[in-house]
Amino acid sequence: MAIFDKFQPLNDSHDFLKSVGQSPSELQFDETLSPTEAILNGRRTILLGTNNYLGMTFDDASIEKGITALQEQGTGTTGSRIANGSYDGHKALENEIAEFYGMQNAMLFSTGYMANLGAIGTLAGRGDYLLIDADSHASIHDACKLSDAEVIRFRHNDPVNLARKLERLADKPGEKIVVIESIYSMLGDTSPLKEMIAVKKKYGAYLLIDEAHSLGVMGATGRGLCEQAGVEDDIDFVTGTFSKSIGTIGGFLVSNVDGLDIVRLASRPYMFTASLPPSVVATAREALSRVPAATVLRAKLWDNATQLYAGLKTAGFDLGPEVSPIVAIRMQDAEKAVALWNGLLEAGVYTNLALPPATPSGWFLLRSSISAAHTSQQIALAVELCTRIGRELGLISCPLQSSAKVEMMNVGAPRKSSDSEAVPTSKKDDAAAQA
Amino acid sequence: MSAQPSPTDTIQSNPIYKEILEQLRPHAGADVVFGPDTVITQDLGMDSLAIMDFVFDLEDALDLSIPEHRIAEVRTIRDLVAAIVLLQKEA
Ligand SMILES: Cc1ncc(COP(=O)(O)O)c(C=O)c1O
Repeated sequence: MAIFDKFQPLNDSHDFLKSVGQSPSELQFDETLSPTEAILNGRRTILLGTNNYLGMTFDDASIEKGITALQEQGTGTTGSRIANGSYDGHKALENEIAEFYGMQNAMLFSTGYMANLGAIGTLAGRGDYLLIDADSHASIHDACKLSDAEVIRFRHNDPVNLARKLERLADKPGEKIVVIESIYSMLGDTSPLKEMIAVKKKYGAYLLIDEAHSLGVMGATGRGLCEQAGVEDDIDFVTGTFSKSIGTIGGFLVSNVDGLDIVRLASRPYMFTASLPPSVVATAREALSRVPAATVLRAKLWDNATQLYAGLKTAGFDLGPEVSPIVAIRMQDAEKAVALWNGLLEAGVYTNLALPPATPSGWFLLRSSISAAHTSQQIALAVELCTRIGRELGLISCPLQSSAKVEMMNVGAPRKSSDSEAVPTSKKDDAAAQA
Repeated sequence: MSAQPSPTDTIQSNPIYKEILEQLRPHAGADVVFGPDTVITQDLGMDSLAIMDFVFDLEDALDLSIPEHRIAEVRTIRDLVAAIVLLQKEA
């Protein structure tokens, strides 16, 4: 038992969660009905915390391509591309991502987490400097541990603080690599890109941006925040993931910097793990090919995000600073946060509970992620339930404005055998079909 | 915990030590007693986020950057003074 003694504080906080309700890490869905609904503990539940921004997980064409690849090429690659060679789909997908971003080079990784490990951990070597945002995703922090570079944090989204830190390094040899995210995963706030770029240019630093939460979500053709801000020419490296808007799994690095291919021979998270299976590559290729034209889905996604944000704001909740497909309620009180999350779950709405130290400024967060596949009734219902439970808990004090009927949608009700027909967004989801 | 330094401990007159105390105060628990051998995490009830905020304030006050691996090595306020003295020499 001694080997696990060091985890006592972790055990204690997990025990606390279990003593007052469900454990977020132990939830198990009985059945997933669509991108926005599942059966959980025998109850129909709206999924409002799955990062499934475009609702692509049940996309017919992607599923078909995946099945064909499974049948023709088997279930897995059983090795890394360095040791075992590539399948044609790997290179094709790399070419397609490079073309999508209008960049010269692309590299695939097995997850977005590994893309950050493999990119950041390799690009910055001994004698170099990594300057990372204080609210960076765990994969960026872990990448720093993998790198031999010196790591310096700057205050979250603060170009002035970044500039001071680069200024202090101005006379030091070694590359300076600034790492930021487009949409930060906890509060949904975006990076002040133009200001960050002005700073990185002034000091001759490289800039790597993780577009995990903005691929397919921002920009006229879904390339993300850099496209939306019109600054793509000033970005040196982009990392991203297929696990959110693309609806499958996998990560990538794209760049216009000459010579990127050498990273393949130096990046351990690329070299020493199995490459993506053909079926995953096939589904990613199909979903990615649809992103540029998915303007209807993007518009619906932002409408839904605005509806949720405005509804919760009006109810009096303390939210992240801007409307985004990640909407987070910020709370100071751990017990109320846990109670809100459990209350919503019992009422039939699944969100994410995020706890310090994984959250900025020690907030307890009820984090939602919105999908283009959500109907506005589902969003209205989520707002209503949040408001009701939030009032009961004393988190907010506003009167209840009823805009959706719980009964109307059958959410939270025990599952009846005939229910699957009544699900508002079926597996052949109309939103995804518009893409 | 030996929060109070001995009268012969010269660290108390070190300006870096004084600056650290100044910057620590708003981040630490209300009625904590500081001393050179105070363990920053344990004795002051600071979590990793509070430490990060404190480090940002200290960096501004001293006009220097404290890299992550240096922070990781620090246990006591005395360790932090030593780390900063070294960083100032290297700068
Ligand atoms: C900002 C950011 N980067 C990277 C990742 C990792 O993505 P993946 O799920 O593909 O490993 C995530 C997802 O959790 C993320 O939020």
